[in-house]
Amino acid sequence: MNTAAAPNESALISGVLSGDHELFHQLIRPYERLVYVTIFAILRNQTEAEDAAQESMINAFRNLKTFRGDAKFSTWLVTIAMNEARKRLRKSKSAAEDSLDDSEDPAGDLTPAVLTDWREVPLQALERKELGEKLRQAVAALPEKYREVFVLRDIEELNQEETAAALGLNVPVVKVRLHRARIMLQKQLAPYLKTQAPRRGGFFRRWFR
Amino acid sequence: MTLECKHVWQHISAYLDHQLDPQLLAAVELHLQTCKVCTAIIDSTRNILILTADQHTYELPIGYSDRLHQRLELLLKTESP
Repeated sequence: MNTAAAPNESALISGVLSGDHELFHQLIRPYERLVYVTIFAILRNQTEAEDAAQESMINAFRNLKTFRGDAKFSTWLVTIAMNEARKRLRKSKSAAEDSLDDSEDPAGDLTPAVLTDWREVPLQALERKELGEKLRQAVAALPEKYREVFVLRDIEELNQEETAAALGLNVPVVKVRLHRARIMLQKQLAPYLKTQAPRRGGFFRRWFR
Repeated sequence: MTLECKHVWQHISAYLDHQLDPQLLAAVELHLQTCKVCTAIIDSTRNILILTADQHTYELPIGYSDRLHQRLELLLKTESP
């Protein structure tokens, strides 16, 4: 959270606030995906997520003068998006689901799926596309508080501090919830994994240092 | 420091995020050298995270960007931040 907005971004923000509203298009373009995917992973509905993403951007425009340059603009936007998603989820959720999500440890003992060798389960192994669908379903089924942290850390790749700030949590809580979310997903998805993913650079380097 | 499997499982997430202190990291890696079960668990968790970060796992609806900017256009003309 100590990274200031990029110089160009700061100039765009100043421009919008000075009356050149059209610059807002340019300002948000790099974050369209971030905002939509964050909301979609929480709401689990494409139409609603798109509407919520639009509302988030509208809110961002209306409240732009409250943005403080000491935080990243992306984190600020994600916070708005997350609040919009939470608001809509609260509206649509039943009391029963609420109580499930609020329980402290719905994952029980949180042990991972133990497979003596998970490369030897070809019968259940899925192609990458199907596995993607299984993953989206498994993420969607996570209790909300774990899902929120997982979305920001592992889908959006925000760092711990940014995630904590966006969710109003402290870093140790983010770590614990992320760990639990990952173990829950491993438990659900391990049987579907066929082969070890190839080593790749660039986007995936984070996992191979 | 000797670790049992259940102790290693508590540190999977921190291990994948490279956040273990050197002593604990060495103990986990020593355990992994001889434990196929824990190695498989860590590999499968890592693969899930790789798939999660893949841009194709979460895709944008077709036309999303156009619709977003169309909706903003009217707002930008009629309101101020």
